[in-house]
Amino acid sequence: MSNLQLSDLLLRFIAGGAIISAFALVGDLFKPRSFSGIFSAAPSLAVTTIGLALFREGALYASTESRSMILGAAAFFVYAYVTCYILMHYKVSALVASTASIVIWLGISMLLWAVCLR
Amino acid sequence: MRIRINPSSLRQSGWREIAVRFACGGVITALIGMIAREFGPVLGGLFLAFPSIFPAASTLVERHVENQQQRQGQPRGGSRARHVAALDAAGAAIGGAGLSAFAIVAWQLLPSLNAAAALALATVAWFALSTLLWWARKYA
Repeated sequence: MSNLQLSDLLLRFIAGGAIISAFALVGDLFKPRSFSGIFSAAPSLAVTTIGLALFREGALYASTESRSMILGAAAFFVYAYVTCYILMHYKVSALVASTASIVIWLGISMLLWAVCLR
Repeated sequence: MRIRINPSSLRQSGWREIAVRFACGGVITALIGMIAREFGPVLGGLFLAFPSIFPAASTLVERHVENQQQRQGQPRGGSRARHVAALDAAGAAIGGAGLSAFAIVAWQLLPSLNAAAALALATVAWFALSTLLWWARKYA
């Protein structure tokens, strides 16, 4: 791995960590819990990644990423809904339910990508 | 139920929790950068809506409730902590719908508008749609 790639990864780590933590802290401020949960789906990852893509690759590249993100967002909606359902109906911890459901996010994202964008 | 801002809830988030969120967010952002570089922006863009922080956030919510129960002398675990984590997930589902508004606005505005303004407007669109859907679900 070249020094450039390493510095890029480090920049992404620091910027991503900082922006995602900041959004999460803002979410902690709000009550009730169902509303503050909105911040668990904050576009913090997107703001960081698109911001860096704009800087390195330009607006068209970032715009293309944003178009694909529409499908990822649809998958996120189903993912969070399924996690909610599992937690309401089964005796499993939040960590198990939310981590296991990532398979659903991956499956739906890839399916939508194959159907709509490939 | 009204939306309230409660600054004292920030005291619940210790440095350890902030560090966990920072590490999760940082690692996922770096990984997604690698995916985009390897497979291009069309596939990489899907991962901008990856549930990066949600498992950690949901676990912390559940743990807060369990700790609260313990302080009140109630047994840890049970359905209450899970129920609160489920409410958090319901909110995240609404936020996920809002993410699509962010993506559409960013997709349309980035090629023609100042980058900072486009991202700011996209974030406003996410928050506005999420809040509207939350109200609709609560009161419709």
